[in-house]
Amino acid sequence: MPMLHPYVLEVPMSWFSRSRLITGAALVGTAAVGYACAGGRSASLAGTAGAAERTYVAPGEYDELYAFLSGGFNGQVGVYGLPSGRLLKLIPVFSQHAENGWGYSEETKPMLETSYGFIPWDDLHHTALSQTNGEDDGRWLFVNGNNTPRVARIDLTTFEANEILEIPNAAGNHASPFVTENTEYIVSSTRFSIPMPNRDVPIAEYRAQFKGQISFITADQPGKMDIAFQIIVPGFNYDLARAGKGPSAGWMFFSSYNSEQANTLLEVNASQNDKDYIGAVNYRAAEACVKAGKGTRAAVDYRHNYMDEFSRVARSNRRTSVLQITPAECPGIMYYMPTPKSPHGADVDPSGEYIVAGGKLAAVIPVHSATKMLAAIKNKEFEGELEGIPVLRYASTIAGEVQEPGLGPLHTEFDGKGYAYTSMFLSSEIVKWKLGTWEVVDRAPTYYSVGHLMIPGGGTRKPYGRYVLAMNKITKDRYLPTGPELAHSAQLYDISGERMQLLLDFPTIGEPHYANAIEASLVRERQVRFYSLAENRHPQLARSARESGIERTGKMVHVRMTAVRSHMTPDNIEGILVGDTVMFHVTNIEQDWDVPHGFAILGAQNAELLVMPGETRTLRWIPAKPGVYPFYCTDFCSALHQEMQGYARVSPAGATVALTATTNNKTAAGGN
Amino acid sequence: MTSRARWLIIVAAALMATVYVLPLWRVRLIAPQYPEGLGMLIRVNGVDGIKPNDLNSINNLNHYIGMKEIVPDAIPELKWMPWILGALIATGLLVAALGKRLPLFLWGGALALLLVAGLFDYWRWGYDYGHNLDMSIAIIKIPGMTYQPPLIGSKKLLNFYATSWPASGGIALGLAAGLVALAAFDSRRRRVTLEEA
Repeated sequence: MPMLHPYVLEVPMSWFSRSRLITGAALVGTAAVGYACAGGRSASLAGTAGAAERTYVAPGEYDELYAFLSGGFNGQVGVYGLPSGRLLKLIPVFSQHAENGWGYSEETKPMLETSYGFIPWDDLHHTALSQTNGEDDGRWLFVNGNNTPRVARIDLTTFEANEILEIPNAAGNHASPFVTENTEYIVSSTRFSIPMPNRDVPIAEYRAQFKGQISFITADQPGKMDIAFQIIVPGFNYDLARAGKGPSAGWMFFSSYNSEQANTLLEVNASQNDKDYIGAVNYRAAEACVKAGKGTRAAVDYRHNYMDEFSRVARSNRRTSVLQITPAECPGIMYYMPTPKSPHGADVDPSGEYIVAGGKLAAVIPVHSATKMLAAIKNKEFEGELEGIPVLRYASTIAGEVQEPGLGPLHTEFDGKGYAYTSMFLSSEIVKWKLGTWEVVDRAPTYYSVGHLMIPGGGTRKPYGRYVLAMNKITKDRYLPTGPELAHSAQLYDISGERMQLLLDFPTIGEPHYANAIEASLVRERQVRFYSLAENRHPQLARSARESGIERTGKMVHVRMTAVRSHMTPDNIEGILVGDTVMFHVTNIEQDWDVPHGFAILGAQNAELLVMPGETRTLRWIPAKPGVYPFYCTDFCSALHQEMQGYARVSPAGATVALTATTNNKTAAGGN
Repeated sequence: MTSRARWLIIVAAALMATVYVLPLWRVRLIAPQYPEGLGMLIRVNGVDGIKPNDLNSINNLNHYIGMKEIVPDAIPELKWMPWILGALIATGLLVAALGKRLPLFLWGGALALLLVAGLFDYWRWGYDYGHNLDMSIAIIKIPGMTYQPPLIGSKKLLNFYATSWPASGGIALGLAAGLVALAAFDSRRRRVTLEEA
């Protein structure tokens, strides 16, 4: 029997009694939609008859959907099954992951290289599944690094990030990596405007010196991500984006705030204007402008990191220029649509006709019309111009406003049946409303303060539309308490009926800012079970114990080691001297599903290696003092896993111990 | 020999020829940690894994019990078996062309002999792998335990449940033998009828 929290009271409440909401004691239940607050948890359980059956996935059965939840400040992606909410995997992307050696092994370290050097962490905000004809195709998942601006491609055959591109001239890569209809581009833009190129200037010269920038990144070919062009834009904060489709095909919509161009105390100073802007970028026109030879190549410094498919060794390549264009030199590539109060989401409905803005502080949800926007552009219905960007009249683009939607609208997705679902941060609810009539038809409370929400396929032409997932910012009393630091909470609602129905409440890892979900069959069928040893092209590969060995070049000792149930070859290594750097190149020579081997050695100031079958991974070890150092397999691989071990002997510098690598007293190739 | 018998022999020869493509026998191994199973396909000229690396995995597991590695290249029968089969198919077609009773009986006898010898040989290899274990390298030693998979049927071998059945090629071969027997029977009966007439 779940215990009721003492401060959740039986209070019937009205949605717009603001003081009560913001002092925020009891945001449970909604009198406005007709069911009384029956008190605490039981209120949230009131409409959930049959929820257990609908989220129960029997042992051995599979979930209906893969859900990819961004990990926010953990720099990872959490993969969950829906509707069960079970965590299936963490994919490390921008953060080192000691658990499997990501960012620690020599092969993966280059993935985290940037123009600022090696960076072990980032803040991963948004996910975007690759699309074909405006529908999720299950090939790749793109994600953004917010702090040190980067985008990454995750290959959904291996669930591994195999490509990372740094974005030059950027700070706070927030409106990213939203994808175009056929994955031609993903985008990036600056949350923080900065001096461009970045240089030493007084912060007070913000208006004069700081610029924003929107980048279009080619994304349809693995290993070939690059910045097609950067559009230099006014120094606002750019926030979120969505690609157009149908009538808005070829356009990308970016929300922006801080049109006040404040550089201090933004919570006040960036909340002054009644309206900020949604920037509409005609990227086909931008392409044409680039093709016509406009723009300049700016000197920059950024990195492109890619893991080769066959050697599985990542390389980091430096790039030194980027093409920049301005709306002034390329008229027609960008327009501003005035939009109330610091909009967060700029979300395009499945038809491509409506662009829904979530003004964090707005009293309404404004909806722009793509056809009205195109007509207004044609008829030059402008109210002004900002740095070469025409500002359209609000009345000319607006299709409608959702009245009294709730407080703090952030982000909207669509069910494909004519309804939109908007997350309300302050009033802590999801609001369902009808496209075209703009009337609110249902509300469901979230626990607590929903940020983004996600409908599987909700940003595509064909939403899957059966569920909506609320990703909340505040957890408080939802689960057994775990000290001051709590997991974030998510709620899954069934939206197949007229009313939203809460099905499941589950904790999530990190801080999910956004997510995508896709029918499991689109991803499940193409899973790689292990890497082919025959196709392994690692330079220090040992395909069998016969090819294992040891080699010294100066102070560098290379050990080519094989791992197979239940031994490593070599497992007795001598002749290492203090002052040497030892590279353990471990090849897992298994060719079977789910037989990883691990590798760790006493005192290594490093993580472990987790080596998948057929793959080679390298651990760098710099022993500091003489002794005998045990190493062992860290992944329980077989009945004799505890026997899978060895010793490396380290002698003082200058000692004359012969370099040998043996197993069962037999010398491996290359030993001496 | 009747023309029906000739056709039966031709069809039998064709069925025998499918064995160059189709596997003769299928051995499946299921264990708690191998829900997807491992398996081998015995062919006239080799041994394959059912999945690309199954043979590798089976050999790797077999090292725990001291079993010899299954190396198809080291089994001489797999080298000359295709030639014997080829000779039999050619002779069969010749028998059909000749249309004589005696060659048919001789050929049918040779075919039967080959099938019995082949099955015995397969069993013998299984016996050898399953019984002649190298106890100096065996990690799991259970006194008296042997690991011969059954010729036909299922058997529990430690954590594995081994199942062995004829595969499509083996069935085709059996069917061919049946057709040849039918041809022989048909030829004999027809001759009696002719004499009486």
